[in-house]
Amino acid sequence: MARILPEPTPETQHFWDGAARGELLLQRNKDTGEAYFPPRPFCPKTGSRNVEVFKASGKAVLWSYVINHRPRPDMGTEPYAIAVVKLAEGPTMMTNIVGCPQTPEALVLDMPLEVVFEKMSDTISLPFFQPAKA
Amino acid sequence: MQKNSVAVVGAAETTKLGKIPDVSVIGLHADAALNAMADAGLTPADIDGVATAGISPVELAHYLGIKPTYADGTSVGGCSFMLHVRHAAAAIAAGHAKTILITHGESGRSRVGAGGFARAASSLMGQFEMPFGVTSPPTMFTVPVLRYMKTYGVTEEDLATVAVIQREWAAKNPRASFKDPITVDDVLNSPMIAWPFRMLMCCLVTDGGGALILTSADRAKDFPNKPVYVLGTGESVETPLVSQMYDFTSSTAFKISGKKAFDEAGIKHSDVDHLMIYDAFAHLPLYGLEDLGFVKPGEAKDFIKERNTAIGGKLPLNTNGGGLSYMHSGMYGMYALQESVRQMRGTAAAQVEGAKISVAHGVGGMFAASGTIIFTNEK
Repeated sequence: MARILPEPTPETQHFWDGAARGELLLQRNKDTGEAYFPPRPFCPKTGSRNVEVFKASGKAVLWSYVINHRPRPDMGTEPYAIAVVKLAEGPTMMTNIVGCPQTPEALVLDMPLEVVFEKMSDTISLPFFQPAKA
Repeated sequence: MQKNSVAVVGAAETTKLGKIPDVSVIGLHADAALNAMADAGLTPADIDGVATAGISPVELAHYLGIKPTYADGTSVGGCSFMLHVRHAAAAIAAGHAKTILITHGESGRSRVGAGGFARAASSLMGQFEMPFGVTSPPTMFTVPVLRYMKTYGVTEEDLATVAVIQREWAAKNPRASFKDPITVDDVLNSPMIAWPFRMLMCCLVTDGGGALILTSADRAKDFPNKPVYVLGTGESVETPLVSQMYDFTSSTAFKISGKKAFDEAGIKHSDVDHLMIYDAFAHLPLYGLEDLGFVKPGEAKDFIKERNTAIGGKLPLNTNGGGLSYMHSGMYGMYALQESVRQMRGTAAAQVEGAKISVAHGVGGMFAASGTIIFTNEK
């Protein structure tokens, strides 16, 4: 069964185009420098449209998660973690953790992570996170 | 809202709760509505306002033959009915309608005439959560909880204790789905759903419904049952994406809604005799007790463990057994309201003797929304 994939909208197209190139793109308020996610053409703190897209560091820590023991059919047959990471730039983001057993012992809150992209279709690559190498 | 200006004069659940494979969703709405009208001694011709979620108020009004001057289709998940009560109180005070019917019906288990849970792939959830394998609420509502547990030293045993104490309340309710006693070990040995959540930490999936009828307080004394007055109300919404909650250890929507309701009511926490906190999962009473201000952040686990919310405790909580043991059709908020009304009428199965103020606090979606209603039986 094919994995459920996102359908970009005009306001999010840049994010998915960036992901397809292997870049994690966030936006920030050009006046305050504050980063935000998910994409929208204005700052959710101030309402300012004076914002820009920038390439994030890809660094994050594991913020919270569950391990789903009733896998969705397109996700395979083994339990998998549905995780939220806290990006170095501040926002949180839902993702999956790869390159790591899907167990409470291996998945420790606040462990350092880095982004990695997996191509799912001609247009969509999903941002996953793996334990940081360094 | 002027406090105590509006009262609940009709309240009822569906004739049956649990497994109702012979009634569709709209049929459950109608059954609950007719029961509430009978409770209030009214017919559809007496109703001039309608509110519901899940189905449209248009469907509800036409199905019951009501030609209303007021319709509210606010649909923000399981607390929608708290918002309907709040909006109805304002509408009655403003003269938009005199007698408002609020209904809920859901074929959560049997799925008779029920729609699906599908999200558009272009929605924010479709783009930024669905691709990562979320399914139904057990894999979404639970996502922030490990952060909460780490922050405050909350254990799996603490989560299990919530379910154990609520089962004790359920045992006193003949209509509760699950009444047999359980232990912490039972909960921790129940099937794993989404670690750290096991089956007995998750709500039931059942069929049922409920309905309320509100009118102005000055008319309320003419109805057959003891009026239950609306003392204070609050509501808020936060985020459609659980991954984007402002704080994983606290619901901002709970805090805003709760504060508004307490401010309107002009009461202190120590004035509250009875409390309902929508418990789709075992962590919600913990967040609720803290975010409503009954205890400080991190204190809810011990407050529950020390049996303050149990039978005989100083703050009886979820006295019907809650979504964990009484029933949970999908949008449970209506049943929390029904239990608060029963407690204020003095007719609850596990009646809190002498209770004068009851708080019904609801959540919608996965920490997406919130509504709080404070009732009293004294004007």
